[in-house]
Amino acid sequence: MTLALIAALPFLGALLPGLMIRAGRNACASVTGSVTLLALVLLAMQAPAVLRGEVVQTRIEWLPSLGLNANFMLDGLGLLFAGLILGIGLLIILYARFYLSKNDPMGVFYTYLMLFQGAMVGIVLSDNILLLLIFWELTSLSSFLLIGYWKHLPEGRQGARMALAVTGGGGLALIGGMLILGGIAGSYDLSVILTQKEVIQGSDWYLPALILILLGCFTKSAQFPFHFWLPHAMAAPTPVSAYLHSATMVKAGIFLMARLWPVLAGTPEWFWIVTSAGLITMVLGAKIAFFKDDLKALLAFSTVSHLGLITMLLGMGTAKAATVAVFHIINHATFKAALFMTAGIVDHETHTRDLKRLGGLRHLMPVTFTIAGIASLSMAGIPPFNGFLSKEMMLEEAAHTALGPAWLLPLLATAGALFSVAYSFRFLSHAFLGPKRDDYPHTPHDPGFGLWAAPAFLALLVIVIGLIPMTSAAWLVDVAASAVIGVPAEVEIKHWHGLYSPALWMSLAAVGGGLALLGAFSPLRALWDATPKPEAKAIFDAIIEPLAALSRSVTQALHNGSLTRAVAIGFVTITATALWAFSTGAYAAGTRAMLPINPVAVVAWGLLMVAALGVVLTHRNRLMSLILIGIIGLIISLGFAWLSAPDLALTQITVEVVTVVFMLLALNFLPKETPRESSVLRRGRDALVAIAAGAGIGGLAYAIMTRDFAFPSISAFHLAQSKPGAGGTNAVNTIIVDFRGYDTFGEIIVLGIAALLIFALVEALLMPGTASDRLRAMNTASTQAGDRHPLLMVMATRFILPVAVMIGVFIFLRGHNLPGGGFVAGLVVAIATVMQYMASGLAWTEARQRIEYHALIAAGVLVAAGAGVGSWLFGAPFLSSSYTYVNIWPLEEFELATAAIFDLGVFLCVLGAVLLALNSLSRLARRAGETVSADPYSVDRPEGGN
Amino acid sequence: MEALIAIAIGTLTASGIYLMLRQRTFPVIIGLTLLSYAVNVFIFAAGRIVPGLPAIIAKDAAGYTDPLPQALVLTAIVISFGMTAVIVLMALGSWLEAGHDKVDMDDEETGK
Repeated sequence: MTLALIAALPFLGALLPGLMIRAGRNACASVTGSVTLLALVLLAMQAPAVLRGEVVQTRIEWLPSLGLNANFMLDGLGLLFAGLILGIGLLIILYARFYLSKNDPMGVFYTYLMLFQGAMVGIVLSDNILLLLIFWELTSLSSFLLIGYWKHLPEGRQGARMALAVTGGGGLALIGGMLILGGIAGSYDLSVILTQKEVIQGSDWYLPALILILLGCFTKSAQFPFHFWLPHAMAAPTPVSAYLHSATMVKAGIFLMARLWPVLAGTPEWFWIVTSAGLITMVLGAKIAFFKDDLKALLAFSTVSHLGLITMLLGMGTAKAATVAVFHIINHATFKAALFMTAGIVDHETHTRDLKRLGGLRHLMPVTFTIAGIASLSMAGIPPFNGFLSKEMMLEEAAHTALGPAWLLPLLATAGALFSVAYSFRFLSHAFLGPKRDDYPHTPHDPGFGLWAAPAFLALLVIVIGLIPMTSAAWLVDVAASAVIGVPAEVEIKHWHGLYSPALWMSLAAVGGGLALLGAFSPLRALWDATPKPEAKAIFDAIIEPLAALSRSVTQALHNGSLTRAVAIGFVTITATALWAFSTGAYAAGTRAMLPINPVAVVAWGLLMVAALGVVLTHRNRLMSLILIGIIGLIISLGFAWLSAPDLALTQITVEVVTVVFMLLALNFLPKETPRESSVLRRGRDALVAIAAGAGIGGLAYAIMTRDFAFPSISAFHLAQSKPGAGGTNAVNTIIVDFRGYDTFGEIIVLGIAALLIFALVEALLMPGTASDRLRAMNTASTQAGDRHPLLMVMATRFILPVAVMIGVFIFLRGHNLPGGGFVAGLVVAIATVMQYMASGLAWTEARQRIEYHALIAAGVLVAAGAGVGSWLFGAPFLSSSYTYVNIWPLEEFELATAAIFDLGVFLCVLGAVLLALNSLSRLARRAGETVSADPYSVDRPEGGN
Repeated sequence: MEALIAIAIGTLTASGIYLMLRQRTFPVIIGLTLLSYAVNVFIFAAGRIVPGLPAIIAKDAAGYTDPLPQALVLTAIVISFGMTAVIVLMALGSWLEAGHDKVDMDDEETGK
């Protein structure tokens, strides 16, 4: 379970910052950090096993038949990445605590950060690729939130949107690619897929899968031609940039390429696509970085370039190159995170990130300068720092790889390294070296320990890995690279490769050339400014804007704000689809024997037809249509009774009563007539749609009823198990309260929510405002009959109440074995109560009401939940039921089932919901000036008479 | 008998849909109620229609009808009451707030 817990911890931790921010910013940051630390400790506890070469696994089967399982695995590669994500995440949390200003909502920031962290950890720990895809999408979404954290900045919002569009689009391609991959391999588990190299590379679907997967990886890792989003994402706060663009988000694509390296790499397609994309990205990114004035933009393009370098190494397809790629992942994460943080410190202290306005900071910020110096020298590939080691190894590999002509790749790789030297030194010299200036926007000095602690720690790592790589990093590279290439990597990291090593000379050329470039910066800059460059954002907008316009026009055409139109489109679409399906399929008439025509049923049917058509014809007269609705409901309940559904008949008829009462009450306030508004043409069109849909449904019903079940239905199980399994003979009731009890539980909650919603709506209407004024102005009294509470009705209903309640109890009790149950019983008792309202008036009834209806609903849900939870006490799953037979003299033997408790909950909830709904409406009536008589026998009295 | 029931389902559906396409709230609610009837009967009928064989387990029963659609429809009937009640109140609210009971908002209300 540990792996699942490690992945879940950041998500759980995401809940805390929002709560802890009330306790102060320090508490908020410490809690967030300790969650990450806990996850890191759990990971470290798994490390010894992984370092021994084992693969730690956690398997949680969810839908094994679909291959959808929450399977996690931890091997060397996962350990490396999870360690980076959590370790750097911890440093970022510390850094962000001191970086964010007082105006920035810190709780929100940490919540987003933890969501992102969880998604990243999920990616690198997933064994199941479907699970991986979900985490992948989560990183896109959570990074959107992080990049757009400063909502007030338009660049932030635009950058976030662009990042989401590009990485989200790539994510879609990735889904396709991964599904194909899973289809070829016959499993969605990486542990299986990774063993299927021959099958996958031999498949016809290899190339489509490869292209789709690479689209996902390239967009995420900002590889050419998708590199443009990353610099725009720099509008995020610096801690976000440092986290997303050094160790995590952009490394996700690299991770996936490394993860699938064993099965995808090694083919010419892989080599050409991945190596060239990486190479182009490396050189292009490095060149652009050199000319950027914004510190973060420089670092962003440098990140693009270094990601290109790693991609290129993975593309080469050799075990050695992949090992170097893994090593460079570690090195890049350390120096780049440190550099982003120092850039943030500079921004924080001087209020600018523009290299043209900086310089000479060495004198003012010695600590920051030291950190920046170490990290940027490492980025430039200067010994003895760690960037030097992996760059030398990269050049060594490049020297032995041919991409087209043999000289091309080594040359371009050297060019990339050369620009890398140039921009690294530019970062350092233009910001920190040179004379002290007196025109900084804000007088800088070194920040407090809290802000520089994290980059200083990373700088220390840069030195340690650089000086003693075999002791400090080789073991991790070894185990991670072994996981990538599938055989022991036998890592050998050396500072000195000998005079005959081409890497040495390429490296020297890069350093010399890079320094020369920096020396000639001003003329080069003028040349750069003079050359036209494609503006990525303009191109992106030019592509996105027409797409957005298209989708807007489609939306407008389908849904222009008219609900009637939307409903009509819905009906037409469904009908047309069904017709198309019918016309393209084969239809044969059913063979099931039909029921003989029953004369009584025909009469009822005739009534139903007349009423149904009558509603349409007379719908302008609203009262009439309500009466006709009542007739239809009555006939349907008779039909249920005849067709062996006594439970349905009882429910239908009781619901009918409350529905009609409710609608009558509402009609009291609404206009009594519907005006004739639509044209003949429109009515004809609507009639056509309605008749087509009706004919379709009728035909479908006929087709179903005239044939037998295509395959055995599950009803046989319910019938067979009703008595032995649930202890009741009424199969319908046992299904409701036992077999499908969970459904019913949900349904009573929905019903309760509906009633509460009605209550809330009425509350809103009664608040001072337009609606309330209109109600007050409404004179309902004029339409009232003189005798509101007829004596006869008052007396009758009072006699009926206890009888009705007893019937309700009776129906409830027998429900498990005979028609009845909680639903019907609740409705019966509700009707009996409503009759008191109608006969004796609101005040009289409310004065005798002991229990709030809200409480009834709550009690109902709680009782039902209690019946469900109770089964836990006996070690059974939620809502398991049990029953026993009880003998209490002088009663006959009777049965007690826990399902009856559940049904009691249903009863209470239904009762409460129905009464609350009706009661809410009558509260409206009182606002409308309806007088309330405390004495039900009296005739009308003026307002205030009671 | 099946044909008659099918026709009834079709008629209820057609009437319901026609009314749902009207432009005032009350007919739309009535239409929705009719459509709920149709759908409930349709689901019920999917269990095939059998008279005189209720799903009450007994030793001497000649057979049983299909209990499953009945259980589904039973809760659906109650839920559709809740739904209808909410919509009625929403209609009432919009009538009281806006002063008319049209389904679609005026151009001036949508700000067009």
